[in-house]
Amino acid sequence: MQLALFIIFAALAIAGALNLLLQKHPINSALSLVVVMLSLAVLYWSLGAEFLAAAQVIVYSGAIMVLFVFVIMLLNAGEEEHTTGSRAAYFAGIPGSLAVFCLLSFVFLRESKALGNVHMSNAPAGAMSNIAQISEVLFTKLLLPFEVTSILILVAILGAVVLARKEEHE
Amino acid sequence: MNLNGNTLALLPEGILTIAGVVVMMAEPMLKPGASRKALGWLAIFATALAGAASIVQLRVVDQSGRIMAFSNSIQVDPFSIFFHLLIASVVIVTLLASLDYFEGHADHAGEYFALVLFGSVGMMLMTCSVELLMVFVGLEISSISTYILAGFRKGNARGVESSVKYFLLGSFATAFFLYGIAMAFGATGSTSIAAIAQKLGTTATPTLALLALGMIVIGLGFKVSAAPFHVWTPDVYQGAPAPIVGLMSTAPKAAAFAVLLRITFAGFAPFEHRWASLMWVIAALSMTVGNLGALKQTNVKRMLAYSSIAHAGYLLAAFTALPQNGIAAAAFYTAAYSAMNVGAFVVITQITGYVEHTRTIEDFTGVALRRPWLGALLTFFLLSLIGIPFTGGFFGKFYVFSAVIGGGHWLLAVVGLLNSGVACFYYLRLLVAMYARHPHESGNDKAVYTKLTPAAGLALAACAAGTLILGMMPGRVLNLANRGAAAVLAEPVVEQDPTAVLMDDTRR
Repeated sequence: MQLALFIIFAALAIAGALNLLLQKHPINSALSLVVVMLSLAVLYWSLGAEFLAAAQVIVYSGAIMVLFVFVIMLLNAGEEEHTTGSRAAYFAGIPGSLAVFCLLSFVFLRESKALGNVHMSNAPAGAMSNIAQISEVLFTKLLLPFEVTSILILVAILGAVVLARKEEHE
Repeated sequence: MNLNGNTLALLPEGILTIAGVVVMMAEPMLKPGASRKALGWLAIFATALAGAASIVQLRVVDQSGRIMAFSNSIQVDPFSIFFHLLIASVVIVTLLASLDYFEGHADHAGEYFALVLFGSVGMMLMTCSVELLMVFVGLEISSISTYILAGFRKGNARGVESSVKYFLLGSFATAFFLYGIAMAFGATGSTSIAAIAQKLGTTATPTLALLALGMIVIGLGFKVSAAPFHVWTPDVYQGAPAPIVGLMSTAPKAAAFAVLLRITFAGFAPFEHRWASLMWVIAALSMTVGNLGALKQTNVKRMLAYSSIAHAGYLLAAFTALPQNGIAAAAFYTAAYSAMNVGAFVVITQITGYVEHTRTIEDFTGVALRRPWLGALLTFFLLSLIGIPFTGGFFGKFYVFSAVIGGGHWLLAVVGLLNSGVACFYYLRLLVAMYARHPHESGNDKAVYTKLTPAAGLALAACAAGTLILGMMPGRVLNLANRGAAAVLAEPVVEQDPTAVLMDDTRR
């Protein structure tokens, strides 16, 4: 069952990603991104990361994508102009991404035996749930990165203010 | 003074964060037209205080060894203190140089000061963390602040271009870095540098670990603008405000190099024979691409951007040396490079001003005849960038290349020295132009000549003194760099690492 789930949603994720690139209208692209996010959530869930799956749905599909769609609607962005793409994309981008893809596949296939597999069915009964483990690590060993993220968010907010304000001098 | 270990370990970062928040909150309280200099002085004072806190840390480390804090994710040792002091100095000089930069041009300079402070928090965190997730958060704080600062001049198309390009390519690089961390976790079951080093010897997936290191090097290579990941540098430097270029070509790069030194020499030490040859190639490529690229440039900021790529190459060469020498030489080189490069950009800030009508080498013709002091200082910094004896640049190059030869890489040292020769051409071309008489009788109308303010004078004096001291009596700085190198290579503290619990349970 896991394999079937994986194949269906992995295909859906790839199809969504390709559609995102090929669609001309920003709204269509944004909605394809929602498909990608949701398929990824299912993949996470099938790997036994139910908290990550839930966070993916709530944060990405729920919050971020809604914001995307809002902004696109508010700006009333029209269709993209049809271009054939820059030369750099053809000569560096496509071969480059293909090379990265091949390299990653090679390494993962080579190491697949040592890395092992995760199965949904073999979680021992009474094992600590995923969310309990994450929260334990997050509030003990990784407390500092967690707290310092607040500075990161503060910088992002400040940046939004800086970039959005109007300069009276100009 | 009795301080809890956790507090003491993050004292400099804490001071800077508080000051950043205060500056940010005070900014909207001031009237739109009012001068923001007071906020700038507050930021300078806070940074100086953070530097003093680092010196307090050094005292404690002298007495009782390194400080480990926050479940071993922070390690305060001479290495982190060296870079803390370096970053604090660069930030102070940048702030001094930009105090008058915004007068009459930007109404919200307070946000600029706050962003510089927050950025330095991120950079400092990068240098003292030995946990890759913490490094990542620090890297993002510093990067996002610099993306915004690069586009701080509103209504300037080049500024917007610079900011957007930097943001897009920087995010791309961050993705590589993050993927590298994830793979390192996959291969070793930990994101702590010490635990990675420990488990790398017995890992069942060495290829994955190697790929992880490759991804991390790509990610950080973007940040330090090493070739072939350098394409963003000239455009970004050209469009960003001059004082910010001085900052972002030195402090975030120093922090990224500190991280790279820790990850390679401490974390991936068992793989040294593999990454050393990778660094060899990147170093040779960066030096050559940077110097040959700079030869063709007519815009001064673009030329210095290519020169910074070349200097990243000299720095990367130090990675091929023996660990102790290599780390010490690289740390010393970052200090020397920071002093002279920030100095050069402070002079350029003074000459070009906010609007930057003076851009090309032609525009710089005769500048030294009108502003003899600025001309003399820029001459000094450029000579140091070339690597003339009695300047910091000379000793920096000397230590790096002797370390490289000590590591047995003669060919790389020869490539580096040939490149230093090529570099003379473009630095000297600018020098000659500055001292030449302008062809038109009326002189150079486009140039904006302002009077040197005390703050900018102080900044220039600090850079000149730094470059001179590093070139005449480098003993103390070199001593701290050597102690830092020893601290990186010291036996790490491996407690039960943060993420091991999670790993064991999910990998059934």
